[in-house]
Amino acid sequence: MNFRNMAAAVAASALFCAGGASAEELALVSGSVGKDISELRMQLDEFEKESGHTVKIVEMPASTTDQFGQYRLWLSAGNEDVDVYRTDVIWAPQLAGSFVDLKDAMKDETPRHNPSIIESQTVDGKLVAFPMYTDAPALYYRTDLLEKYGKEPPKTWSELAETAKEIVDKEHEAGNGQLTGFVFQGAPYEGLTCDGLEWVASSDGGRIVSAEGDITINNEKAAAALEMVKGWIGTIAPDGVLSYKEEESRGVWQTGNAVFMRNWPYAYALSNGADSAVKGKFDVVPLPAGEGGKSAACLGGWNLAISKYSKHQDAAIELVKFLSSEKAQKQRALNQSRLPTITALYDDPEIAKAQPIVASWGEVVENAVPRPSAPTKRQYNEVSKEFWTAVNETLAGRGSAADNLDKLEKRLRRLKRREWE
Amino acid sequence: MPYVVKRTGFYALVVFIVLFSVFPFYYAILTSLKSGTALFRVNYLPVDFSLANYTSVLTNGVFPTNILNSVIVAVVVVAISLFLAVTAAYALSRINFAGRGLLLLTILAVSMFPQIAVLAGLFEMVRAAGVYNTLFSLIFAYMIFTLPFTVWVLTTFMRDLPVEIEEAAIVDGASPFTIVMRVFLPLMWPALVTTGLLAFIAAWNEFLFALTFVSNNSTRTVPVAIALLSGASEQEIPWGTIMAASVIVTVPLIVLVLIFQRKIISGLTAGGVKG
Amino acid sequence: MANVQAGVPPTEKALEAERAGARPRSDLSRQRLRSAWLFLAPMILVLTLVAGWPLVKTIWFSLTDASLSDLEGAKFVGLRNYYEYVDYGDGEGEYFGLLFDPQWWNAVWNTVYYSVISVTIETILGLAFALVLNAEFKGRSVVRAAVLIPWAIPTIVSAKMWAWMMNDQFGILNDMLMSIGILSSPVAWTADPDTAMWAVIIVDVWKTTPFMALLILAGLQMVPGDVYEAAKIDGIHPVKVFWKVTLPLIRPAILVAVIFRALDALRVFDLIYVLTPNNTQTKSMSVFAQENLFQFDKFAYGSAASTLLFLVIAFITLFYIKVARLDLGGRGK
Repeated sequence: MNFRNMAAAVAASALFCAGGASAEELALVSGSVGKDISELRMQLDEFEKESGHTVKIVEMPASTTDQFGQYRLWLSAGNEDVDVYRTDVIWAPQLAGSFVDLKDAMKDETPRHNPSIIESQTVDGKLVAFPMYTDAPALYYRTDLLEKYGKEPPKTWSELAETAKEIVDKEHEAGNGQLTGFVFQGAPYEGLTCDGLEWVASSDGGRIVSAEGDITINNEKAAAALEMVKGWIGTIAPDGVLSYKEEESRGVWQTGNAVFMRNWPYAYALSNGADSAVKGKFDVVPLPAGEGGKSAACLGGWNLAISKYSKHQDAAIELVKFLSSEKAQKQRALNQSRLPTITALYDDPEIAKAQPIVASWGEVVENAVPRPSAPTKRQYNEVSKEFWTAVNETLAGRGSAADNLDKLEKRLRRLKRREWE
Repeated sequence: MPYVVKRTGFYALVVFIVLFSVFPFYYAILTSLKSGTALFRVNYLPVDFSLANYTSVLTNGVFPTNILNSVIVAVVVVAISLFLAVTAAYALSRINFAGRGLLLLTILAVSMFPQIAVLAGLFEMVRAAGVYNTLFSLIFAYMIFTLPFTVWVLTTFMRDLPVEIEEAAIVDGASPFTIVMRVFLPLMWPALVTTGLLAFIAAWNEFLFALTFVSNNSTRTVPVAIALLSGASEQEIPWGTIMAASVIVTVPLIVLVLIFQRKIISGLTAGGVKG
Repeated sequence: MANVQAGVPPTEKALEAERAGARPRSDLSRQRLRSAWLFLAPMILVLTLVAGWPLVKTIWFSLTDASLSDLEGAKFVGLRNYYEYVDYGDGEGEYFGLLFDPQWWNAVWNTVYYSVISVTIETILGLAFALVLNAEFKGRSVVRAAVLIPWAIPTIVSAKMWAWMMNDQFGILNDMLMSIGILSSPVAWTADPDTAMWAVIIVDVWKTTPFMALLILAGLQMVPGDVYEAAKIDGIHPVKVFWKVTLPLIRPAILVAVIFRALDALRVFDLIYVLTPNNTQTKSMSVFAQENLFQFDKFAYGSAASTLLFLVIAFITLFYIKVARLDLGGRGK
């Protein structure tokens, strides 16, 4: 279907009808990091021009955990004031009942998108949300510092720790006292579940709960991985990392105060921004691997879902089509280094030139590790909370990794009882 | 101990108390006047003077609407509670009836209610009544803490007024409502101002109900707006803007509190501590 | 909210008057009686709607399997949210429910710990502040005004202000403590599990000490000046005067203030929600309940937690009413 022509026709008719009977007022709710909101606004302005509808943004804080709590509340209250929700990739099973099925409406677009991402948003045959962009993290490193000390980008976590320590020690001697080795997301919230899953999975410690629903987290490899990370706190990573989310880590990194950072691709475009202290002095590689494992990247990404309480569902579908279109995804890739879900875009020469990270990340996305939101169903949130709590406490030095994972297993077992529901 | 030492020690204590009370707010003002990377340098004295954070918080987004929402909610809540409380307090303080003590105890108990205990039930009511995501839900819900409090303080105040003031009116055959309006109301302005102000502050500051019962940017009240203020900017957490917003919503309260200082102190301790 | 309220019930006098026995009723008093109920009706109605009924509903939800997405379909399940034995079917089983939930008891412990420590510090500091403010000195009214500032600042705002001051990298608190040599490296106050609770307590103490000070000050001002005159003439040491004379006289005032603050501390929510979100070390009973109600799909379980919190507070309130009557009613009026 030629969407642009149709949109142009709509725009033309809107022009002739002077406001047109079809012009509707939509509201879209979205959290934000970096330039998300200003970029979204720009695309919405375009949508408004093309479609004649107006869209306002309801802004939410960056923490996906906080967003989820609010959205669940609104949806259960039958809130009619928000039509479109920007949803995290893990929410589909928990919120499936409150969103409309997009299967038919999007059937022409669906084949062009990464099938496993579409699959992740399908619950019992219902397409709950449609992908806007996907996410898989990268290890950011400072090319200037690594070159200065003759280091290669690390392939394993222990290499990373060594390199970070050496560079930080030498830089501190040279008077660069602010420099820290490695920043990531250590605050107790959903982001730590991602970071933690990566450490554990890359050390061959499983995925917390297996696809069949078995609780697998309590194993020696997982414990060893967490003990390793605990060793970083206060040495190569600042103590405060235990309160960092994405934006706090980026703050440290982008002011030139970290050698390495684990973050999503959005930080790539921002780190190359005009006011960035690390502009042109960094590059990215896939995350390191652990002992006896291979690199694991947590699958993230944001989608668009339409509330079943919306009074403007047709206009909302137009909006979802617009924001997930090839044009919009390409724009997002060019300006924000957000990863497209339309597979063809990974071969786009323009993107490859402007944001090399996007072009080279196709494979990382293919192999990304999903969080156990599918097997744990409606209880995923609690499972995730238990996991991030155990990880955060271990990193903070409250109990050994082995003890905490033992406790975690017991708690997850209590949650599961006989079966996940 | 020599007098001078004692005196110096005493004033040192006074200075400590003042610093302890004022410094965090002073530092918030200091931060709100910084911009860009100056934010990340610690200063104890004002060095920057940029109003950028204030213009950004007042012109971008819906913060002015949030302020207006807070004003509307707080004013309406105060008006309704005072109206209901004046007549109720008259009945509770000047008329003898069976069950009065029990009623007063119940009102006291309600003022102790943890908000969370009624949250689930209130949420269901608000949803069923169709006032979810409107300011009505907040105006209604805030009665749970403003009403018992205003009834309480006004009852204490009216009880202490001498019997003689209404005797003449009763002899003249005035109805109780006339007595309240003509005899008591004029005497009660100081008490009304104090309780009204305290109820206003409580409604202005409330967070849990506001977080739960309204959802739109444009229906939020100030505390929720500040708690959810996010970085639409390219820096990390917008501390400068958050501090500017905090100063904006706090200054009116501080001015009110300073103007009515004496009245507030007497209101806080109304009747109470005297026994 | 109890921040702005204090005081002993006027109940005492009301009860006394009732005990004194009603005089024979005339037409007039019958008319007054009728209008009393007329005056009270709107207030009683509003309080029933906003407090009574929702409380009943919360308790009801705690006895059902209600979920946020289906409140109408809630079915009665007895005390299962409080107490339940689940047989895994393989010979093993476990107790479930709030009373067996270690996280609930963790929240109870956090709340009690927070309440006891912060109220204790606030009382001692408040007493000290009150003694200073009770003395005659130049600029006393300015100081008294300054002391009211923390109290007037919304809790959310003070949480944000302190979160910024306690920021691990750019916070002034670390800067101060490091420059005077108390700390050697920056502390992540709100993130470190060892300091998170103290961060919450510090903010609460800052915000609430003035309130305590003012309540105690009011009590101090009731102490007649000639008591001190007499002590001075007799050459009794001021410290002894404080312990033997002042403290016993203001004890009721302190007691009332403490109980009010304690009731307020037990239901703490905003401060913790904003300052240390999702932190196990600071999760209070209210935060636990809110989280289960709205973030997890456990509306009924959250209602059960709310109900238990209510019972705890109701118990303390009853205790307070009893104490206030015994202690304050007993003194001659």
